Parts: sequence; C-alpha cells; structure tokens
Amino acid sequence: MAFKNQDDAKAYWSENLSLVFKLLAIWFLVSFGCGILLVDVLNEIRFFGFKLGFWFSQQGSIYTFVVLIFVYASKMNALDKKYGVDD
Amino acid sequence: MDVQGYTFLIVGLSFALYIGIAIWARAGSTNEFYVAGGGVPPVANGMATAADWMSAASFISMAGIISFAGYDGGVYLMGWTGGYVLLALCLAPYLRKFGKFTVPDFIGDRYYSQLARIVAILCAIFICFTYIAGQMRGVGVVFSRFLEVDVETGVYIGMVIVFFYAVLGGMKGITYTQVAQYCVLVFAYLVPAIFISMMMTGHLFPQTGFGATLADGSNVYLMDKLDGLSTELGFSQYTEGSKSMIDVFAITAALMVGTAGLPHVIVRFFTVPKVKDTRISAAWTLVFIAIVYTTAPAVAAFARVNMIDTINGKDGSGTLYEEAPAWVKNWERTGLIQFTDKNGDGRMNYTAGKFSDPASTNEVEIDRDIMVLANPEIADLPAWVIALVAAGGIAAALSTTAGLLLVISTSVSHDLLKRTLKPDISDKQELLAARLAAMIAIAISAYFGINPPGFVASVVAFAFGLAASSFFPAIIMGIFSKTMNKEGAIAGMVSGITFTAAYIIYFKFVSPELNTPDNWLFGISPEGIGTIGMIVNFVVAALVLKVTKETPTEVQEMVESIRSPKGSGAAHAH
Repeated sequence: MAFKNQDDAKAYWSENLSLVFKLLAIWFLVSFGCGILLVDVLNEIRFFGFKLGFWFSQQGSIYTFVVLIFVYASKMNALDKKYGVDD
Repeated sequence: MDVQGYTFLIVGLSFALYIGIAIWARAGSTNEFYVAGGGVPPVANGMATAADWMSAASFISMAGIISFAGYDGGVYLMGWTGGYVLLALCLAPYLRKFGKFTVPDFIGDRYYSQLARIVAILCAIFICFTYIAGQMRGVGVVFSRFLEVDVETGVYIGMVIVFFYAVLGGMKGITYTQVAQYCVLVFAYLVPAIFISMMMTGHLFPQTGFGATLADGSNVYLMDKLDGLSTELGFSQYTEGSKSMIDVFAITAALMVGTAGLPHVIVRFFTVPKVKDTRISAAWTLVFIAIVYTTAPAVAAFARVNMIDTINGKDGSGTLYEEAPAWVKNWERTGLIQFTDKNGDGRMNYTAGKFSDPASTNEVEIDRDIMVLANPEIADLPAWVIALVAAGGIAAALSTTAGLLLVISTSVSHDLLKRTLKPDISDKQELLAARLAAMIAIAISAYFGINPPGFVASVVAFAFGLAASSFFPAIIMGIFSKTMNKEGAIAGMVSGITFTAAYIIYFKFVSPELNTPDNWLFGISPEGIGTIGMIVNFVVAALVLKVTKETPTEVQEMVESIRSPKGSGAAHAH
C-alpha cells in the first residue's frame, strides 16, 4: 500500500470515482444524448452546412472524446501528486 | 507508370519497411515477446495501438457503410471511439497497475480460480478468431483487385507477411511495425480525402469540407444536395437514417462496450512503463484514431455524391453504359459492381430498391466494401494515390491481424500452458509454444479468409457482442467491486456470452429469414444484442454473489492495490 494511511486511500479513490463519473456523464451526453436521443430536436438547428444532431453523431462526439481523455490524464496526474502516489 | 505498377512499388516498399523493422526488433525473451519489455514510449505506443485498433473494417468498410447508411453509420463512429473512452477511464490504468500480460491472467487472479481463467481464455480465443477471419478476407480483397490475383493467392501472400513479423518479432517487433503501419495507413486515408475535399468544396480539411457549399458554383450545401439526391432516388434522407432509435442506441452501446473488452487492444496498455504513461498513451491513441474517424464520414459523403453523379449523370438521366468510366468496368470484373439494363435504354440507373428484384428500377448493385478503395478512381485522382490506398488497406488489415495473433498465441502458451496445464515449462519452451500457436492460428485464419463464414461486417459485429457480454462486465466488477467473487463472475460471463451468441446464431445462421425488427427482442438487432448480454452478465453475477461465499481478504487487498497507481514497475510474469 503506497498511501500514508487508509483514509488517504479512501479519499483518493472517491476523488478518482467522482472525476470518472463526471467525465462519463459528458461522454454519455454528447454521444447517446446529442447523437441519438436528442438527434431529432438538434437536427432542427443548423451548424454550418450540417444538421446539429447529425454533426454530433459523426464529428462532435469524437472531438469531445479526445478532450475527455486528455482531461482525465492530466487531472489524474494532479491527483496522484496530491496524494503522493505518483511514480 | 500505371496503377498496377505503382501498387507493386508502394505496397512492396511498405512491406520491405515492415519486415526490416521486424528483423531489427527481434524478440529475445518472453517478456519482450509479450509486452515489448514494457519499454515503449507513450506516443509510439499510441500510434501502434491506433494501428492495431483500426482494422480492415475501419479502413476499407466503415466509410462505405456510412456512405450507404448515412446517419445510421454513425453508430460505428461513436461506438468505436466512445468505447475507447471507457477503456481509458475505467480499465486501462488499473490493468496496467495489475501488471500481468493478459486479460485471462487478470480474470484468473482476480477471481482466484482456474475455471475463471479457462473461461476467459476460451472467450479470448473465440473473440480473436471471429475478428481475424474478417481481416484476412480484407487483405485478400485488396490484393485481388490491385495485383489482379485471385482472393486465395492474396490471402496466402498476407499469411507469409504476417508470419514474419508476428511470429519472429513478437510484441516489440509488432509495436514498431505498427507505428510504421499507422503512418502508411493515415497517409493513405488522408491524401485522397483532402484531394477530393479540395475538388468538391475548396476546403483543405475534409472534416469541414463535407459541411460546406459545393465549389461548382451552385452555392448548395453538400449535405443538402445529398439529402435531396437520396430522397429523389427513393432512399431515406442521408442525415436521418432508417434504423429505430432504440436499435441505434443498443448497437452504439454494444460497440462501445465491446471495444473496451477487446483483448488485443487491452494488452497494448501493458507495453508502457508506468500507470501515468498508460493514461497519456490512451489519449494519444484516440487522437490518432480520431484523425481517421472524423475523416471517414466526409469520405463517405463525398463518395456518395460522386458515385450517384457518375452513374446517374449530373442531370440524373443515367450515364450511357458504353461510356461508363473505367472504375465501373474494373470493379465489375471483380463482381463487386453489377449492372443489368432492365429497361433496355443502355443507360445506368441507380435508385433505391433491390437489384435482384426485376420489377425494381434499380439497375446497379454496388458492394459497400469497395467505396474507400474505389473512391480515388471515382474522383479521377492520379494512379499513385490509388496505389497508396491499396497499401493503406493492407497495412490496416495486417496490423490488426498481427495483434490478434499475438493474443491467441499468448493465450495458448502463457495462459493455458504455463499458468494452467504445465507450470514447470521453461522460458524457451514457452516462447516456442507461442510461436507454434501463432503459426497454427495463421493457418486457421487463412482458412477463414478463403472461406469466410458470412459477411465480414456481421462477423465483426459478432466479436464485439461477445466481448461486450463477457469480458467487459467481469473486468469492471473486478476493479470497481471488492466483493465480487468467482462464482458470480463465472456465472455472469457464461450466461452473458451464451445469451448473446445464441441470439446472434439464431438470427444470422439458423433462421436468417426471421431477422426483421418485428421478431427482435425489444426491437434490438443482433448487432446490438451485446448490450442486453452485458446487462444479463451484470444481473446474473450480482444474484449469484448474494448466495455464495465472500471474496477472500487477500484478493480484496489486491483490488485495493491496483487502485493505487504507485509502484507498477515493468509488466512481469509472476
């Protein structure tokens, strides 16, 4: 166990989980939300030459995914430092 | 030089590069063979993983499928990239910390059971074989068109190449070869796309080009033209699609979760030095994948407009068959384009409706799989671009096949022999067994490449459904629940994969005539049923957990330790 104590380990894990949940909420929103469930509503809106729902399904969701993973990597590195568990 | 000359030259050069790298990086120990000694830099590993990931299905078929399905094709884009997010956030860092070579290793240790390990090995081998069959076929298709050999010969050539770098090089060879393959692949994908985007809309980036107005002076948005053409010819609108919302939802979810459970992709994350590197490596991988995946829908839209314009003519009255461009004739020879002059006017007329139905007005049948390969020919690009696409398609198929073969050979030599049947085997013998297993696997997959069981796309969907319903829940519960025990996990995996396999086999092979939305469970097609299989897995596991013994303390401690990123060290055997 690399943590100083059991409380640290618990706190680290719960911060980790809350970060993952937040990111997955966005993940769900852009793909299943904007790309599928709300597609008909969003398609009423024009985004350049695209219908917005269609754009989310074929472009927007992918860009968001890339950003999500980079945010995850940098936030987790910061979290590791905070708890002194970075290598 | 003509197309064929360029194809020989470019494909030959790329092969020389791959084989050179394989020889240079030849593996000396089992550690190097399996995970490249744990010492690949994150960006290189990201590229290699991207090449591993993007199979012949991504490179050759995906844009073609989107081209014909429009909005519905988005399930592949969101499914395959979104699954990556799950993998990067929920699986990869923990599995890296766990620090064993394979997924069955994790399942076997986490669920303290040889039975669980064996179930996982069987799932892994089964998934890899279903996936690989499509890849060998992809290689065969590319060779048959561009080298003018038959599909069988194409598959044999592919076999020899794969054998060289997978069997001799192991993971280290594969990692660096795949970096080279990624470069070839992405270059081959982007060059024609940029060319066509410039020609049609004047935009350098295909990603914005397909949302722009056409450069032919009409000032019409490309998407609007496409919707208009689709409606005119009797299809549903390109941007609307025709699948039900629940089916789109289920297929996307199955592809996402299945992606996250694919053993040949997960094993990739064991090749970087630290947990921190795993996270950033996953991020780079998705960047490299996204470059291709955001270009694909643009390629699809351009190809669709171009194809309809060339076949039906700019004014929609049909092009005279006598004056058909060379690509129509070329692909007609392979049987992947068919034309019957139903109304006898000598003109080609492409509309909605079954080609095989004599009453329908549709006179042209085009195989979806040719769209990417034929796209540069349709747009009349120079011969070297067409040759480049052939090299890219082969790179995509070979890199994925090599990664899959490695998982199969590791499953046999490491998981089955070393960890289960014959623990006293020496390092050298283990390496030999791995190479033998890879050879046998190549032979079997070549057989499937020549005699494919059904359509490539449905076979691949099968693999994703199985991965979604077996591995994903078992690994997630193994990391995020300390209490999940072996009885629960095994029952979950077995019930999930059985349910999914039975549903797919029933609709795809036993009674394909019943494969319509009315007969589907909740209106979910066989492609999407892995989502339900996953839920079955979770529920069964939770129920069984309630009535069986608790997880031993030392396993709970192990789960505790994989949650802390510190001290991962190099991936080690035991």
